[in-house]
Amino acid sequence: MLVAATAAVLVTMVLTLVRAVLGPRLYNRILAINMFGTKTVLFVALAGFLADRPDFLDIGLLYALVNFVATIAVLRLTHEDDPLLEGEREAR
Amino acid sequence: MSMFVLMNLTLFGILAATAVTISRLRALYEATMLTALFSLVSASLFVLMDAVDVAFTEAAVGVGISTVLFLGVLALTRSREDVTPRIRQWPARVVVLLAGGMLVYASQDLPRFEGATTPVQVHPVTDVYLRESQDDIGVPNTVTSVLASYRAHDTLGELVVIFTAGVAVLLLLASSPGPGRREEGEGPAELVLADYRVLRVISKLLLPFILLFAFYVLFHGEYGPGGGFQAGVIFAAGFVLYGLVFGVDGARRVLPRPLAWAMIPLGILLYVVLGLAGMLLGGEFLDFQGLRPGDPQAGQHLGILLVETSVGITVAGVMVAVFFSFASRRAAR
Amino acid sequence: MSASLLLDLASSASLLVGSLFVLSGGIGLLRFPDFYTRIHAAGLTDSAGAGLILLGLLLQTPGWETAVRLVLIVLFMLLTGPTSTHVLAQAAGRDGVRVWRAGEPRR
Repeated sequence: MLVAATAAVLVTMVLTLVRAVLGPRLYNRILAINMFGTKTVLFVALAGFLADRPDFLDIGLLYALVNFVATIAVLRLTHEDDPLLEGEREAR
Repeated sequence: MSMFVLMNLTLFGILAATAVTISRLRALYEATMLTALFSLVSASLFVLMDAVDVAFTEAAVGVGISTVLFLGVLALTRSREDVTPRIRQWPARVVVLLAGGMLVYASQDLPRFEGATTPVQVHPVTDVYLRESQDDIGVPNTVTSVLASYRAHDTLGELVVIFTAGVAVLLLLASSPGPGRREEGEGPAELVLADYRVLRVISKLLLPFILLFAFYVLFHGEYGPGGGFQAGVIFAAGFVLYGLVFGVDGARRVLPRPLAWAMIPLGILLYVVLGLAGMLLGGEFLDFQGLRPGDPQAGQHLGILLVETSVGITVAGVMVAVFFSFASRRAAR
Repeated sequence: MSASLLLDLASSASLLVGSLFVLSGGIGLLRFPDFYTRIHAAGLTDSAGAGLILLGLLLQTPGWETAVRLVLIVLFMLLTGPTSTHVLAQAAGRDGVRVWRAGEPRR
């Protein structure tokens, strides 16, 4: 069953990659890469159990963290000088 | 085909497809996000090859810090690449084919993966490090014992390289504002709209745990994947997250700039003092056995711990300072 | 039925259902017509699929250290997954990505 779950996660990673390549504009790609990150966490956890190396879970926790930070970063740093920031300053 | 081969083939296929897409995309924000994906897949491949420390570092640096720095740079310049004129494409293709072809040709000479007669299996150095490290030092993670004790000189050199890179970036970016540029400190403004309340609450909630995770990785590096470098990067990633959500000013209230800048040389000083202490106690430079007279193993443990801490301090300082100097510049528009 | 057999069955069932959620999320990401609907698919995999797979692994763990780590990963993903999709949707809404209505072409 572990093998089946790993295969399912790998297939989903490929599907997510297709969306990351296709996605019409930026937002679809951010979503796809965020999802790819969580699938990688699952892949690392499953691979750790398959290879009998539970240390891999530390890496999984790290991936979840950096995935989150990268998503927030791209959302914050793409709103450069558009009306959003002006609205933020006015809302203070 | 075994499961292992299938997994490797799938991941390499994803890697190749991502690389082709990155090279063809002219929208640079999307390309940067795809490089984050590239780093994630590379880290998964390292995990499959059982190189957990490398996977740790690749994920932390490649996805966490590199992506954020690239995005910070793109926020300062245009975000669409120009079309390369045809006449320049052909030399580029030739060079890529030649370089790639040479690499593929050279890789035919590498020893077979998992073969029984590869130098790693056969050469006596392997036994020396794997077995004697248990007698001399006694930590389960041989990578840490090699990095921090047997090859401590090398790690000092790497740390100085990181220090130099950080100082160079700060010299370039943290200069006084030129004519027409706004002053430092006007980075991403704090997200005060009510819509982002969830993000603000969650970020405040997560920050102490991220920093705690960094300390865990630092101290647990002797027993599992981790170590000083990864811990420093995770520490920096926590402050990067805080800075992204609460603005550079908010983050500076938590970690003031003088403190971040002071961390950069502090790690190296600690390292060198540690090495000199080894000399003063009767051994050589960076010989840790004398740190606990009568118990060389405990001395090595203490030495490794201090080495990892100093590496973590410098790396964290460099990453935080570089991120804040990127984030607090705005190009004159 | 011994306790370990029951645990094995529960773990396999959890892994299976979790994999199905993950796969359906991946397929949904490709088939849904619009960005906001795709967020539904992605959010589904992140919470239900990941949670169930990690729960299945939790039922199989040999020792408490791995169990604690798994619980930490689940907690972290439960906290950050919905936050990411929430922030993504808010940012897209402010940036002007329009909601899809029935009958429009796929985006």
